[in-house]
Amino acid sequence: MRPMTITEKILAKHAGLKVVTPGDLINAKVDIALGNDITAPIAISEFRRIGAKKVFNRNKVILVPDHFTPNKDIKSATQVKILRDFALEQKLTHYYEGGDVGVEHALLPEKGIVVPGDLVIGADSHTCTYGALGAFSTGVGSTDLAAVMITGELWFKVPESIKFVFRGKLRKWVSGKDLILRIIGDIGVDGALYKAMEFTGGAIESLSIESRMAMCNMAIEAGAKSGIIPPDAITKAYVEKRAERPYKFYSSDKDAVYSEVREYDCADIEPQVACPHLPENTKNVSEVKNVRIDQVVIGSCTNGRLEDLAVAAKILKGKKVARLVRLIVIPATPFIYSEAMKRGYFDIFLKAGAVISPPTCGPCLGGHMGILAAGERAVATTNRNFVGRMGDVKSEVYLANPAVAAASAVKGKIAHPDEVV
Amino acid sequence: MKFTGNVWKYGADIDTDRIIPARYLNTSDPLELAKHCMEDEDPAFASRVQQGDIIVAEKNFGCGSSREHAPIAIKAAGISCVIARSFARIFYRNSFNMGLPILESDEAVDTASRGDVLEVDMDSGKIHNVTKGLRFKARPVPPFMQELIKAGGLMESIRKRGGI
Repeated sequence: MRPMTITEKILAKHAGLKVVTPGDLINAKVDIALGNDITAPIAISEFRRIGAKKVFNRNKVILVPDHFTPNKDIKSATQVKILRDFALEQKLTHYYEGGDVGVEHALLPEKGIVVPGDLVIGADSHTCTYGALGAFSTGVGSTDLAAVMITGELWFKVPESIKFVFRGKLRKWVSGKDLILRIIGDIGVDGALYKAMEFTGGAIESLSIESRMAMCNMAIEAGAKSGIIPPDAITKAYVEKRAERPYKFYSSDKDAVYSEVREYDCADIEPQVACPHLPENTKNVSEVKNVRIDQVVIGSCTNGRLEDLAVAAKILKGKKVARLVRLIVIPATPFIYSEAMKRGYFDIFLKAGAVISPPTCGPCLGGHMGILAAGERAVATTNRNFVGRMGDVKSEVYLANPAVAAASAVKGKIAHPDEVV
Repeated sequence: MKFTGNVWKYGADIDTDRIIPARYLNTSDPLELAKHCMEDEDPAFASRVQQGDIIVAEKNFGCGSSREHAPIAIKAAGISCVIARSFARIFYRNSFNMGLPILESDEAVDTASRGDVLEVDMDSGKIHNVTKGLRFKARPVPPFMQELIKAGGLMESIRKRGGI
């Protein structure tokens, strides 16, 4: 039988096939389908327009209003109400609002809703995050979501895979965010267009689940269909106490075929910064000098997890944010919020002069809770630095890991964590 | 499907935030979205675009978010089709699903200038730059996608398959 990658194996299994080959068009069963307050209203409207009455499985359609919540205006509140009414009508098991809601791609793994071996689609481009658990997951639009809500299935083109091998040990202050930024800097924002990115090697095997999620989360920023990390003992330790369904570990065959293999030595990788206005404009942090900043955002589906807040707290302990710099910390879920509070991070953040936001996507997409004026500049642990992404078209966003973001908040300019600690 | 319209020319990696900024995503009303289409890239676009006009762009058009509001805004603004060197994956899917005609052609992108008149035949993939007197053929649309278009989009194809 043809050797297969982990991605090909998961797709074959869900299509009821023994073997798939890149380029094959398949119809596959979907385990989890996700929508949010921006994308789900269109899906719900399409669902109703063609006369559908019932979702294919009320446990598998997940609605998470996280983008403009807590509702920023009347229109946003109206969008969320569409989700709420639909969730109640369809008796959806997983609908989250108020004190239960978190940033979707942090919330679903944390609650054990997505598990290894799943095929997940979400009407949100960062749905690729769940590859960190060894699932095939990909972002789609609202109409695709509507199709899955009705039928539980969707068509896919089996992607080619690119393998990224990371050898050696990560340097201090380097995390999964830096590895993925480095890749995007090398291959560009369409360097993995339509393809699956598979991350492997010794450095990945010892990477935390949080860092793995940050990596897979940004696969879309290289144009990829999905990102995936073969599950292992670290995955098992994370999912076994959370999984709400049985899960399965898949792995790539030794002789599986890749369109390309790229190797990295982690000794060469220092913290990365993606300069405006594309995630591919990456530089070593030490090369970005004298860039004054007005705002720092630590949060999002990329870097709003406990490990991210922990490293920020480590750097900010006993320090003050530079005068007139606004530091906004956004724990990604209620659990992360509560845990960060218990561990004393909030005291550190508040003493440093930070604002602590409830879980929301908020400023990452220029929604609310931290918008930039013309000429303002931010360092953010988020995933996109497009023109106008966080506010005015004349504002700028620099992407970095939480350690660089925290250090930059203290210095008032983009800084290496070693300059502060 | 045949279209004739004037070219709006854009560069590489036009992301969905530039096609429709997130600050307007608190609605999914197509006409409301159309008012802000391309606003952060080309503030004049929404007020000057004519019914039937054609967007021509470099590589990776529609990269970034999965918002279907992007092709919805373009279509509601009056654009008849988008020609690019390549499209980002989710934008590509969304366009077929919701019925925005799109084509890939390097030659058409290389030669088109803002304001050129193009004639596009979606069925044959033929592109005629009337202003410059040049003719090209776009990369063929995969048969599966053609079926989707013929069925009237993804939702209609589900209805026809008896998916409901």
